Amino acid sequence: MARRRSAGEISYALIIGGLATLALVVLIGPVLVVLATSFTDSRSIRFPPQGFSFRWYLLLMDEVRSRFIHVAAGNTLQVAALSAGLATLGGTAAALALAEAKGRWARVADAFFMSPLVLPGLAFGLAALMYFTLLGFRPSLELLVCGHLIVVVPFVLRTVGASLSQRDPALLDASASLGASRLYTFRRVTLPLIAPGIAAGGFLAFMASVDQVPVSLFLSSARTDMLPIRMWGMMESTLDVRVAAVSGTLIFVAFVLMLVMERFTGLTKRMRG
Amino acid sequence: MGPALPLGLAYLAFFVAPLLMLVAVSFYADDKLTVLGFDNWRKFLFDSFHWKVVTDTLLLGLKAVCATVLLGLPLALVWRGASPFWQRVLLFVAVMPLLTSVVVRTFAWIVILGREGVVNQLVLGLGLAAEPLRLLQTELGLVISLTQIEMPLLLLPLLSVMARFDPNLLDASASLGASPWRTLFKVVLPLVAPGLAAGALLVFASATTAFISQSVIGGGRLVYLPSLVWQQAMINANWPFAAVVAIVLLVSVSAVIAVIALAGRIAGGRVHGAAA
Repeated sequence: MARRRSAGEISYALIIGGLATLALVVLIGPVLVVLATSFTDSRSIRFPPQGFSFRWYLLLMDEVRSRFIHVAAGNTLQVAALSAGLATLGGTAAALALAEAKGRWARVADAFFMSPLVLPGLAFGLAALMYFTLLGFRPSLELLVCGHLIVVVPFVLRTVGASLSQRDPALLDASASLGASRLYTFRRVTLPLIAPGIAAGGFLAFMASVDQVPVSLFLSSARTDMLPIRMWGMMESTLDVRVAAVSGTLIFVAFVLMLVMERFTGLTKRMRG
Repeated sequence: MGPALPLGLAYLAFFVAPLLMLVAVSFYADDKLTVLGFDNWRKFLFDSFHWKVVTDTLLLGLKAVCATVLLGLPLALVWRGASPFWQRVLLFVAVMPLLTSVVVRTFAWIVILGREGVVNQLVLGLGLAAEPLRLLQTELGLVISLTQIEMPLLLLPLLSVMARFDPNLLDASASLGASPWRTLFKVVLPLVAPGLAAGALLVFASATTAFISQSVIGGGRLVYLPSLVWQQAMINANWPFAAVVAIVLLVSVSAVIAVIALAGRIAGGRVHGAAA
């Protein structure tokens, strides 16, 4: 027979359960609302959406009328691919060096490399704008890559660092005592072990670059437009319903990519780690 | 340290040097950058309006932290007791918003909080109010939105400490007669404090610099440091003053972050001390 529950237990279950449910609604609700809104048939954004149609998605695919969105999306993908690629190379190398170096300086270097994660991105964005302009550079995608590189590197450092710390040191000793060189050990032992961490870090860096606002806000221009900045413009002015269609597309792509990455790299565990 | 060199050089060229340049620019007196002087620092520091913007920005960050903890901690507690399958599902739900762009999440809240939005349809439909509520362009609406936009940042580190702690401690506490509330405050909270602090720090950093959410949901009448930086740099083209505001943003946010990190370390240290 179940024992009678005390007032404390009942209030705990009710309040904690209630707040957790509210948290779930708050987390998922907006995503569903955006998806529903993107299929509206009306010219205004209201909820519940009026009618069902793909008209905003069709308009979004229109080569001529949605050209500015396509250009911005292309720029965003280019910058994300380049900055995430460079961040993965440099970040993995740095994570390997930091994992070997012990002591105070390694901790200082680690904190330094991770600092863009908590530093106000807006201050850095403005600093980058002044720096590049005063050095005489004109706005370009290359400058955006340099700025994004700094803010996405911490994602690679964190996931690769975590997988390096889980590597069994006995494996390295075993490889060395069997006569393998350090390079060979790296290629055949370390690299396969940390590959999922590198992939997860590269993916997170890519997504962070696609989502980047504070740096793009200052470094992008009319010629080097970026998707989040363009969407901000569309929301500020007339609240173009295409924003909903762009959002729906981004949610869908993120969802699929995340399922794939979860399957191959156990992404969510690594983000938690 | 050799393999860290390329990244170190990139950081020097694209991170340290720009920040030094920012400091240098703030000490120019005119927007053509010809005369040196403390004029822009004086202009910022001796105006109570600017100080109000600083406190409003920091308070906005703290409100976002409180709201995310109030909702995120219970979710983490439920997650800890869930079966492995549901743990995976909940973790996926917690991370999903992080991978949908900040701009998309901001847009979602316009649809929800707007005059013809979800909340107003509900309130009017249920007859709870005669007029549509004004939620956009209020701080309340902004804090609600930031709660969802930033919550994943709190959940990730919090769930990772939740996963590591020994469930026997909860049983021990219960069998010694402690109520669930007492167990929460005396056992669970001290143990997860480091993760809570790590998450709170990320939420604070992100909420205080969330320019697009602040400007689109908060509107023009709510002024925070990021919009002041943007306005001075891009509209007034006053770089020295924008640099001053950006440095104030950097320093004030970093100061609060250092305090949160310290609090987390002290709480973590106390637990380890007690266990030894």
